[in-house]
Amino acid sequence: MFTFKELKKHSKTIVPGKEYRLAVLGNCATQFLATSIKGFARKENINLEIFDTDYNQIDSQLIDKCSEVYAFDPDFILLYISTDKIYEEFMDMELIERSAFAVKYMEKITYYWNLICKNSHARILQMNFSEIDDKIIGNYSCKTNISFTFQIRELNYLLQHSMMERKEVLPIDLLSIQINLGIKKFYDPALYYNAKMAISIQTLPYVAKAVIDVVKATLGKLKKCVVLDLDNTLWGGVIGDDGIGNIEIGELGRGHAFTDFQRWLKQLKDRGILLAVCSKNNEDTAKEPFINHEEMILKLTDISIFVANWNDKASNIKYIQTALNLGMDSLVFLDDNTFERNLVRSIIPEIEVPELPEDPAQYLSFIQECNLFEAASYSDEDQNRTKQYQSEFERNKLQQEFESIDDYLNSLNMVAEVQPFDPVRYSRIAQLTQRSNQFNLRTIRYTEDEIERIANDSNYVTLYYTLRDKFGDHGLISVVILKKQSADVLFIDTWLMSCRVLKRGMEEFIINKLVGVAEGMGYSEILAEYIPTPKNSMVKDIYTTMGFEMMKENHYKLEVATYKEKCTYIKEEQKND
Amino acid sequence: MTKGEVLAKLNEIAQEVFEDDELILKENTVASDVDGWDSLTHLQLISDIEDEFKIKFLMGEIQGFANVGELVNTIINHVEGN
Repeated sequence: MFTFKELKKHSKTIVPGKEYRLAVLGNCATQFLATSIKGFARKENINLEIFDTDYNQIDSQLIDKCSEVYAFDPDFILLYISTDKIYEEFMDMELIERSAFAVKYMEKITYYWNLICKNSHARILQMNFSEIDDKIIGNYSCKTNISFTFQIRELNYLLQHSMMERKEVLPIDLLSIQINLGIKKFYDPALYYNAKMAISIQTLPYVAKAVIDVVKATLGKLKKCVVLDLDNTLWGGVIGDDGIGNIEIGELGRGHAFTDFQRWLKQLKDRGILLAVCSKNNEDTAKEPFINHEEMILKLTDISIFVANWNDKASNIKYIQTALNLGMDSLVFLDDNTFERNLVRSIIPEIEVPELPEDPAQYLSFIQECNLFEAASYSDEDQNRTKQYQSEFERNKLQQEFESIDDYLNSLNMVAEVQPFDPVRYSRIAQLTQRSNQFNLRTIRYTEDEIERIANDSNYVTLYYTLRDKFGDHGLISVVILKKQSADVLFIDTWLMSCRVLKRGMEEFIINKLVGVAEGMGYSEILAEYIPTPKNSMVKDIYTTMGFEMMKENHYKLEVATYKEKCTYIKEEQKND
Repeated sequence: MTKGEVLAKLNEIAQEVFEDDELILKENTVASDVDGWDSLTHLQLISDIEDEFKIKFLMGEIQGFANVGELVNTIINHVEGN
């Protein structure tokens, strides 16, 4: 979050575009709040002018038709009635009147709304009430209607119901800010007594954000669609490798966190936000959990567009956006993978890409805190939106267009290391041969002992590859085992790669290096085979793509001398030992 | 912390709050000597000092400093009391 200092600086910047006007009316000191709101608006590129009324002027400003507030001709009027101030009014009341406090106060607020409607076209931004832990009768206050605790809660309740009847009134949920920050951070007694400020300086930016979030919604700056990754975002694990029985979803263990995340997304869909899927997977594999996993909350009918293939995600998102006919700035992209997030951000700067926390347990509370899905109205039609889009999508299935991502790949500073198998890596290598299903040409499983034997056998040439980029280290991500067939022929016994590093030039780098090693050792021919399994169809054509010649179905050959080095943005690690 | 160190730190904070890179506070400086030092910016200054020195002024102290020297002394008292 920004600091008050930053917002104050920003409040002096100039933003082009249509000017909007907001008047702040409070029963407490609001100068700092007004400055913060102005600064926040400008940070968000909204040209917002602010008029801040003096302390405790609500009645006089609203009753007088010629008041400064009305003369300012505001588009928005922020009504901020602070709990701390009305707490004092409450305590000054006769005991007998206190049980009617909330009802009376709600009448007063309704009176303010009516005055505004009569004299202005402004929308009303109504702050709800933070709480004070009054404890006048201890915990018993909760069931005693002459206590402030009881009355302030009732007032919030009445406020909610009254706002439902008034479409010009939009709530600012101050109470939720107090809950999130905690009362000690939210409120600074010394500041209140010295300056009549009912919230602390560090709370100001949060309130400013809430106000601007609502203002943005009224200006139509809304999020309308969430584009979802699948593996380790909607469920734990990798469907293509782990299979439907082993992904984590359901009420047990880590799966529970993913289930609740899905529940929340389902709610989002029910209230009119579209859900789309963008996954690097085979389409059938990706859809399987949605169809066959009993504990999946989200079903295929909840998804407006389902895109699962091996193309880069930026192109797929552009496809989704075109198909749904939405502005790119109304899309939110959720993916656990830093590489994908950065790629999408760099190619499509308009899209919102929240920095999902590493621990899936935090996904839900994090996304709630982001408050991305404001609205300025709600109607029953919102619920049917997914259906409309699904049928629309069926009508115009578009040709996918793919844009070059070379510049992005180049900017990643990718460095790979290539080495023959060494003892500290045996267990990781064996594990990869056992677990990789998708990018695995022959799916031969090896134990650690077998890997050790192969590494020490002069009939084999072994290579492992690591990859790191400017965002981090992916570790050992590919394994190649070459078997000598004769003095000048090598056979690719094993080639597998982690799908995390797909489509960024690693495949090309691996083959370049493989051919280079073979050539260096005097081999003139490389033979290869693809053994189809239910899970590895993504690599069925890879040898042809890499320039091998097909001998018969699934069997390939490469003359080393004719090989043309493939373009890649990955550099080899230079070891100087 | 010595008086000089506190004053130097305070000077940095004040330059930011009053948006004046050339502002130099002395012990005998009073609020009316500084452009923009009003009751509001005073609160911002207090809040920034509290954050920077990790202290909390008493309610009665906040409005009661006669000059910068007194403010510095109060800061030192709080820092040592921590």
